[in-house]
Amino acid sequence: MTSAEPASAPSPYSDAAQRDVANHLGMWTLIATEILFFGGLFLAYCVYRGAYPAAFSAGSHRLDFWSGTVNTAVLLTSSLFMALGDAMIRVGRRRGLQVCVTLTAGLGVLFLAIKFSEYREMYAEHLVPGIRYGAAGPPQMQLFLFLYFVMTALHAVHMLVGIGLLGWLLTLNRRGRLSRDRRAPVSMVGLYWHFVDCVWVFLYPLLYLIPR
Amino acid sequence: MPPLNPPAPPSRGYLSDGTTVASWLCTRDHKRIALLYLFTITFFFLIGASAAALMRWELTRPNGDLMTSDTYNRLFTLHGVVMVWFFLIPSIPAVLGNFVLPLAIGARDVAFPRLNLASWYIFVCGGLIALYAIVVGGVDTGWTFYTPYSSTYSNSNVMVMATGIFVAGFSSIATGLNFIVTVHKLRAPGLTWFRLPLFVWAIYATSIILVLATPVLAITLALMALERGFGVGIFDPKLGGDPLLFQHLFWFYSHPAVYIMILPGMGVVSELVSCFSRKKIFGYKVMAFSILSIAGLGFLVWGHHMFVSSQSVYAGVVFSLLSFLVSVPSAIKVFNWIATLHRGSITFGTPLLYALGFLALFTIGGLTGIFLATLAVDVHLHDTYFVIAHFHYIMVGGGVMAYMGGIHYWWPKISGRMFPEGWARFSAVTIFVGFNLTFFPQFLLGYLGMPRRYHIYPAEFQTLNVISSAGAAVLAVGYLVPLCYLTWSFFHGKDAGPNPWNATGLEWQTPSPPPSHNFEQTPVVTRPPYDYPPL
Ligand SMILES: [Cu+2]
Repeated sequence: MTSAEPASAPSPYSDAAQRDVANHLGMWTLIATEILFFGGLFLAYCVYRGAYPAAFSAGSHRLDFWSGTVNTAVLLTSSLFMALGDAMIRVGRRRGLQVCVTLTAGLGVLFLAIKFSEYREMYAEHLVPGIRYGAAGPPQMQLFLFLYFVMTALHAVHMLVGIGLLGWLLTLNRRGRLSRDRRAPVSMVGLYWHFVDCVWVFLYPLLYLIPR
Repeated sequence: MPPLNPPAPPSRGYLSDGTTVASWLCTRDHKRIALLYLFTITFFFLIGASAAALMRWELTRPNGDLMTSDTYNRLFTLHGVVMVWFFLIPSIPAVLGNFVLPLAIGARDVAFPRLNLASWYIFVCGGLIALYAIVVGGVDTGWTFYTPYSSTYSNSNVMVMATGIFVAGFSSIATGLNFIVTVHKLRAPGLTWFRLPLFVWAIYATSIILVLATPVLAITLALMALERGFGVGIFDPKLGGDPLLFQHLFWFYSHPAVYIMILPGMGVVSELVSCFSRKKIFGYKVMAFSILSIAGLGFLVWGHHMFVSSQSVYAGVVFSLLSFLVSVPSAIKVFNWIATLHRGSITFGTPLLYALGFLALFTIGGLTGIFLATLAVDVHLHDTYFVIAHFHYIMVGGGVMAYMGGIHYWWPKISGRMFPEGWARFSAVTIFVGFNLTFFPQFLLGYLGMPRRYHIYPAEFQTLNVISSAGAAVLAVGYLVPLCYLTWSFFHGKDAGPNPWNATGLEWQTPSPPPSHNFEQTPVVTRPPYDYPPL
């Protein structure tokens, strides 16, 4: 973001390198915040899974195992392309970056599409606590399903933000504002994307792989 | 005959760089953003204080006949929510931190000026939502929003208020993130970590808490609101959920939040004590590390709010011991401030009066905290006025005294003008007297068994309650007087000059008020902090 600044707003940095390391530290700090943001949910999950293992297992069986598994593959592949994009711009290949970021965003959208169809199916099966619920099973199963929806929805919101950031990268690149020497935005967005990916890496086994 | 070309008024630095409303609302200058925060939180302080005044008025009589219990519940909730989230938490960090931090480390601005302005807008949004919740009837859960009352039974505007706090939380996170990066990456050449003023250390430690604790509050309030909205959630005992989990999550944020309110005050007081006794701070490194250890330990003691919940006794014992541990670095700080004063060349300027007030009140607050951290004693004192008195000694006696001291200390830098010293000393003493008159009787009331959050009480408690309410009136005078003379001095005070207190610290090496870009030349630091000439 280097749009023309009014004269009264001098940059706090003495050079671009200092700005880049500051941006990086800022992103890492944001990720620390995010970890604690999800942390409350993970804590709640652990507490109740420990207390009601049978109900959580029953709840997990109501999820669509294959949707979750395919989605994991989709998301990990998207992260691969993100990393490739970063490698591309390191050697100045702007077209390669454009292709990689487009693929990353595309896989992100695919992930959300699969997630959404999963939600729709669960709605049809009366498995949405508080909105449409009528499943037989222990009452604590609702705790599991509630956590499932809150955690995956919060993750999906982060995916949406990530896809927005990828779109911003594509625009920057199209305008010729990214190059071998100006690639900080790519690694910043990359960091964020990989973080969101990591959250899913924890969500997937916790939600879908409970002893079946 | 007047001269044809009257001399141009002296430049007022960043204040004269654009005087339109837009130049303020679109500014990215950390100094102007600090003033935006100053106005905003002063406004919220007045709202929170009015609620307190109404409560003290009601408590002058035992039979609770001035208002209904429901109104009273809404008043103390309003007071708690507004004072904690819309005054105390942003007070020193967002006002003094924003203004002083970049100057104190020789930077042109914070690391992310745009994010800084955005944080103020987010704060205002959160504040407006909270105000809306108040205007449409308020909330009756207390500032702690305990489930299942908040999530199921309360008939007040819990959702709106929780949304306001949720939104304001993101401004805390943005400010904390900004300061962390600023301190890491924008220090002037030669300004090593152990040359940083303790104020910077304190703001840095506070920022870490802001970034790590606030998101937990956000998710906790969100879960509570979801449960309220959808009638199903993880705190619901009907489904096997545990309402206590809410308390654990809430206090995981809210105990560190106390340190968000007090650590910056400790930083301010270190500056004041050193400057007004013309001495290097005693045990500088220990002071820096005790700030960090208070911040760290603060994350491990939340369970002391839950001794009489159904928390396990073993957890209680551990939380009790850890809470005792916090008193070690806190006491080290108190001793070091006193050692700094010892044999100093002391001038009793207004800032020092506030710092001394802080020392006295924080010590009382800290010592009574040990009572409350003791498992068995807490069973007797839990949810009584003893607790109210304790945390007001810390948050008002500590936090607000330091805030007032800091405002006076840096006022010449902020406004370029001096405040009237006589009035200022008068109000500092008034606040100290009024504060003790208000809150000391509450220790006694609590010990005698008066519970918090009730407006009807046995007649034998009336005398102490009347004294407390009278103290609150004195306190109100003490807070209103500075509001008047500071406003007056902003326009009419006499010129301060760059360094009226002869203080060390980079912020005093630039004109008052500083130019928009802070320093004509980036300062180079070659000396340790508080390098006052030997006495
Ligand atoms: Cu506490």
